[in-house]
Order: sequence, then C-alpha cells, then structure tokens
Amino acid sequence: MPDAGAHAQLPEPGPSIKAVVLEGPDISRAITRMAHEILERNRGADDLVLVGIFRRGVPLAERLGNEIERIEGVRPPVGALDVSFYRDDIGIRQPTEIGATDFPFDVDSTTVVLVDDVLFTGRTVRAAIDALVDFGRPRAVQLAVLVDRGHRELPIRADYIGKNVPTSHRESVEVHLAETDAADSVLIVEAP
Amino acid sequence: MIKHLLSVEQLSPLQIDQILKTADSFREVGTRKIKKVPTLRGRTVCNLFFEPSTRTRISFELAAKRLSADVVNFVGDAKSSLSKGESFKDTAQTLQAMGVDAIVVRHSSAGAPLRLSRWVEASVINGGDGAHEHPTQALLDLYSIREHFPSFKGLRVGIVGDVLHSRVARSNVIALRTVGAHPILVGPPTLIPPAIESWGVEVAHDLEAVLPTLDVVYLLRMQRERQNEQLVPSLREYAAFWGLDLRRTGLLKPEAVIMHPGPMNRGVEITAEVADLERSIITDQVTNGVAVRMSLLYHMLGVEERRAEQPRRPGRDSAQLALGADASEEPAGVVAVG
Repeated sequence: MPDAGAHAQLPEPGPSIKAVVLEGPDISRAITRMAHEILERNRGADDLVLVGIFRRGVPLAERLGNEIERIEGVRPPVGALDVSFYRDDIGIRQPTEIGATDFPFDVDSTTVVLVDDVLFTGRTVRAAIDALVDFGRPRAVQLAVLVDRGHRELPIRADYIGKNVPTSHRESVEVHLAETDAADSVLIVEAP
Repeated sequence: MIKHLLSVEQLSPLQIDQILKTADSFREVGTRKIKKVPTLRGRTVCNLFFEPSTRTRISFELAAKRLSADVVNFVGDAKSSLSKGESFKDTAQTLQAMGVDAIVVRHSSAGAPLRLSRWVEASVINGGDGAHEHPTQALLDLYSIREHFPSFKGLRVGIVGDVLHSRVARSNVIALRTVGAHPILVGPPTLIPPAIESWGVEVAHDLEAVLPTLDVVYLLRMQRERQNEQLVPSLREYAAFWGLDLRRTGLLKPEAVIMHPGPMNRGVEITAEVADLERSIITDQVTNGVAVRMSLLYHMLGVEERRAEQPRRPGRDSAQLALGADASEEPAGVVAVG
C-alpha cells in the first residue's frame, strides 16, 4: 500500500507532468509507420476496416485511414465503437461519457483493425472484441495502439504499436489529440 | 444517479440530459441485428403490475432483456397470490427474499411505489401509480420531442384532454418544466383538476385558438372506463370539441408534431387519418420507450457502486426482521455482511 506520507502532502493544483513521451510530429511519424505496417502485414487495404474505440481511438482510426489512403490510394472504411455496455467493471467504476457506435459497413469476412490510444490492462480491448462480434464475424481482428504502457491483466497484445512506454502503476498516460484536445502530445503524469 | 425513480421531480436537468444521451446509444443498439448487450448480466428485474398494462410492461421487459438482465413478471390478477389474500407488503417481501435488483411497479393507488421502496432493498421504478405519476413515460416523451427540436427551451407543448385522471400529464408537466419547455393544459373545465392554479401552468379551454401556437400537441387518452363519472356528455361530443382531426391539424405550425402516450382511441381524441400522418410520432414514442428504459436501468443498476455503497442495512426498515438494536452499529456490521 502507498505510505501515509502521500496523504499528508498538500494536493497539487493539477496533475504533475513527469515526461513528454511524444510530441506532435512524433505522433504523425508513428501513425505513418503503423499505416505502413498494417498494409505490409495485410498485403494492401483489401477487405480492411479500421474501428476506433471511443474516445481517442476514433480520431486515431481516422488518421490511420488517411495515411493508408495517401500510401495506397484507397481509404479503408472507418467505424467507431463505444464499449461501455460491454465493460467488466459496470457497477464498480463510475462510467465515462458514452460515445456513438457507428458501423457504416459489414464486418463479416473483413480484417478489422481495432484502434485505441493506450493499451494498459487489456480490459477495454476485451470488451471491444465482444462488442465487435455482435456485429458479425470478421475474418481476423488486429489491434493498433498509439501507446503500450504495459501492466496487462488479460492475455492481449497489440499488433501495431506507436510507442512502448514503460510505466509504473502510480503513473498515468495522457494522450492529447488535436481533434479532442488542444494539440497532439503524449504525457506521463503522476496519477492523482 | 438515483436509487429509486418514484417521481420525475427527483431528476435534475443534468440527470435527464444524461438519461436521454445514453438512450441515444441504446437506440443504436436497437438498430443492430443482435439487439442485446451484456451490460446487466446477472441482475434481475421484476415487473410488478397490479393494473392491466401491455405497452409499459412489454417495454420494460424488452429493455431489461436487451440489457441481458433476467426478467420476472408478477401480474396481480385473479391467478396470482393476491387472490389468495396476500398483502402488498407480503408480496414485496417475497420479492425481496428472492433477491431482485429492481422492481417496476404499476398500481392503481398513488404512492404505492413509495411504500414499496421503503420495504425492499431493490431499486423501485414507478411504472404508473394512480393519477399520480408515470415518470418513464415523461422521459420517453422528452426523448421523442428532442429528436425533432434542437432545444427544449421555450417549446410550447399542449397537453390536451383528460388531465384530471392523467398521471402522464402530471409527469410531463414536471419533466417539461424541468428542461425549460412550456406546457399548456388544454381541455374542458371538467377534465382539468380544480386546484390547477397550484401547478402554475398555463391552461386553455379553446383548442382551436391554442393549436397555431404549439410546437407539440400531446393528446391524452380519453379513458373510456371513466365515462360513468359524467365529466363529458359523450365520447362523440368529446371528439367533436376536443378531438384532433385533419382540419384542426391544419391549424398547426408546419413543424409541429403530434404525440400520444397510447393506447389510442382512434375516432375519439385523435382521428385515424391524423394518427397515421408523418408528423404524428406516436410509434417513435414506443420505439424510444425501450431505449429510454434501457438507459434508466443502466444508470440505476449499472452505475451504482453497489459493492461499496449498498451494504445491507439491518434495522433501518420496519420490513426487516432484525430491528432496532443493530441500527446504531451499522458501519461495523456492514463489512462483515457485505
């Protein structure tokens, strides 16, 4: 257990930033590389669909889609998935905002690349796979994340990783994207 | 969110907004091939209906089932234990003993859900009590209105007909005012409650004069079973003066919509042609009812930190066998029991 001394300190006005892991251009380069890896592994963009996990997986999936279009000339369909109703901590943790789920395509016989910002315990991805199979039977499901911070609690791994960031449990990883936040950055902060 | 939903009065504008927003996501679930999510797996919802109801009961049942909760129906009729003389309280304790997580109750007596909530640990949802309230109807009505108008602020909603006996009207007036809309009660003086001033609501007795000013016309069901009270001379006369027909519909603003809580008496409060118009959103209300009830169950059963905050409370309710003595030692007993 954390020592009592932590409680004795005055609370910080905000989370304290310990490190800037990725800045704007780094994120763009990581996405470009991941787009290449996705195309290489799947030999092109045929039958490929990208599904962003709400919230920040959604703009990341859009960006990957844009990169794949720039490289390959075709844009894979991009969907959005909210996993709130499939989580295993319903009733234990206060829920966060629920986003729209939008599948403007059929997932049967496609290769689905799930996209999220941070891979941590793996529980969100577990929920996402459960949600996904309610929509059909993809030929394969792959996982792309901008940051893998470790500490998995389930046998899940990512196929495409923007950056591996070793962290402690007391830290948290914050991903900021221009679409949802002010600008692009990935930070390690001391957990509140 | 809240433990029980007995009156729509309990809900703040923010909570209503949360329920309606989450209902958007459940609307989407309702459009899928597999219309079921595992959200409330292992929870049990009991529909306890002492009054005949088709749509509310089925709507709640579908809502619970689509959340993967288990549903049991207790219909208080000649075939149930009620006919053997079981009291409301005994029924409540029986359900409590069986370990249900939520009870949706409909009863002809106003206040029955409140009493029930004091006897059981389950969440109680008012599915209509006497002439008091029908909060989930008001929520699904708000949701349906919200699909057609960008904001509730200042929307003029005419609630037409038998306000006197209508729990739907009461809940809607409260809910509409909570979100900043402007309800107007319309009907013959005999069907408007006598002490209506205390509601502080605009009242109109001339339907045709008020129709052009409305954004929503909400028709109440003319309750045939109340005809012997002689509040209107006949249903035919009611239809002639207060029914919404095509001619009267022509007085409405082009963007105005027509609503009805169902079941409709076609030819009485609404003519068949009007009920089938595009601007009549009565079937949307039914569809939305399932999504809104899913959202409510999710917020009431799924969100609460049950393990941490819902210990058994011996001695707090008279319904409990353990009385008095344990009450003061609650915090100590909590950990061991929970």
